[in-house]
Amino acid sequence: MKTIVIGVIGADVHAVGNKIIEYTLNKEGYNVVNVGVLSSQEDFINAAIETSASLIMVSSLYGQGELDCRGMRDKCEESGLDQILLYVGGNIVIGKQDFTEVEKRFKEMGFNRVYPPGIKIEDVLSTIKQDLGGN
Amino acid sequence: MKTYLLVDFGSTFTKLTAVDLEKEEIIATAKAITTVEKNIILGYQKAYDKLIAKIGHDMNFDKITACSSAAGGLKMVAIGLVEELTTEAARRVCLGAGAKVELVLSHNINHHEVDQIKEKNIDIILLAGGANGGNKECVIHNAKQLAKSDIKAPIVFAGNKDATDEIEEILTAAKKEFFICENVMPRLNVLNITSAKDTIKDIFVKNIIEAKGIKKVEKLVNEVVLPTPNAVLMAAELLSNGFGDETGLGDLMLADVGGATTDIYSMSSGLPTQMNAILSGLEEPYAKRTVEGDLGMRYSSLGILETFSASEISYYKSKNVDLSFEAHKRHDDIEFISSTDADYVADDIFAGKCIDIATTRHVGTLKGVYTPMGVMYYQIGKDLTQTQYFIGTGGVVISSKDPVAILKNGITIASKPMELRPRNPEYLLDKTYILSAMGLLSIDYPEIALRIMKKYMIKL
Repeated sequence: MKTIVIGVIGADVHAVGNKIIEYTLNKEGYNVVNVGVLSSQEDFINAAIETSASLIMVSSLYGQGELDCRGMRDKCEESGLDQILLYVGGNIVIGKQDFTEVEKRFKEMGFNRVYPPGIKIEDVLSTIKQDLGGN
Repeated sequence: MKTYLLVDFGSTFTKLTAVDLEKEEIIATAKAITTVEKNIILGYQKAYDKLIAKIGHDMNFDKITACSSAAGGLKMVAIGLVEELTTEAARRVCLGAGAKVELVLSHNINHHEVDQIKEKNIDIILLAGGANGGNKECVIHNAKQLAKSDIKAPIVFAGNKDATDEIEEILTAAKKEFFICENVMPRLNVLNITSAKDTIKDIFVKNIIEAKGIKKVEKLVNEVVLPTPNAVLMAAELLSNGFGDETGLGDLMLADVGGATTDIYSMSSGLPTQMNAILSGLEEPYAKRTVEGDLGMRYSSLGILETFSASEISYYKSKNVDLSFEAHKRHDDIEFISSTDADYVADDIFAGKCIDIATTRHVGTLKGVYTPMGVMYYQIGKDLTQTQYFIGTGGVVISSKDPVAILKNGITIASKPMELRPRNPEYLLDKTYILSAMGLLSIDYPEIALRIMKKYMIKL
């Protein structure tokens, strides 16, 4: 069973979407490790190390995602998580910005997949299956 | 009359408590210096003679049972993967089992760390790492490192269950003594203490007692069954929870200031009591123990000295208390017994500091974060603000003329507003020094032990 670490990063307390993601991924047969809201990069990374996770899925809804996610790929590499997949989604930047630009910036920061505001977890499932190669 | 004799072989004193089970009374208590270097029986015999002298006639006890922290107590190393997760879980299990955690190691251990384990003369190694279904490479690496060393200490494996088969093979091939337990952190942030703790206790009774020469007393004492801190933890848990129809006291904290260490116990779920606090980090055990090896009234008095600031030292000097002199005096003569007013004043200052610092290290803290919804707080550790009782024990607190003043150091929050210390507890004193004895008694007679504790804890 593949393990996915999920959570809401930074000083962000939005809990509803986080619960929906947990529910959906569980139903799909993944082992979901939820670090919850107000989580630091280290919380995600520590959880991924202990559980041998294949994917870290970062949510952020309050607009500060870019600040909160910076340096996360480097920390993963420092922690020995060279192979781990990083997803990010939600309202990850302030205001209405061109998503192609936003996606590019996050990919440069080392994220494998970047999702725009309003996307449903169901729409991400096919990509997860594709990236993880079944569970 | 059914009588029990309960013995506590401490690192400084051997303490005896004679109990009348039918009357539910303490018949008498006595103590003498522990003579572990020479022969542990001597200290026991001295204390026993004192006890009989107090009672006035010889006794035939139905059972004599003991706990021990003599000869360094139970020394352990906790090994895990991530510092804040399985390593911390392993450390807490060791403390809950009544051990002194001499070494905490995480990630892949190297041969220097293996040498450290050897140098520190560790009694038991607790090997953890990985949630179930999670990382197993690290714990297997660490098992291999231990396997190829000549370390004799038994290894308790309590890590990722998926690694069990491989670890069994590695340790069996290396002819190591080992025990397999449930994972100390089966799921992320979930703490699982019982299985490993019970195993550690069994090893303590089987091997460690013998190794430290305490077995020699078994001709006189029927059995030595627990490390002393474990006995105190059992007593405190019983006192908090109650047993059957006999109610307990509810949430409580306990400070035990000893010669070598200061131990703090809390019986409480420690969940947030503040609306805007979010719990962060590893789950806390209901019955929690922390031990401070640098804070003690004799062996570790120089450690306390270091925690005083220069201004505090000069303040006390202006009051004619030379803290440095007093600390050295106690450190250099562990049999020193306070007799003058000046001795007692210094004792109170040191004991207060022990409790203050040890409480800081025990209780949870709040850390503010500014969010779009206003200030929120991470709560790391236990919220003990609503604790109802704060209990003092240990020679220095018991013999102080003003134990409340010492215990209040565990409450004072003026300079530490973010620490979740008890706010307004009632103070109790273990005046007859019976907690470890009642922990022992609770194995056979929990209800009687509970009622005796309730009867003998003095309200301050």
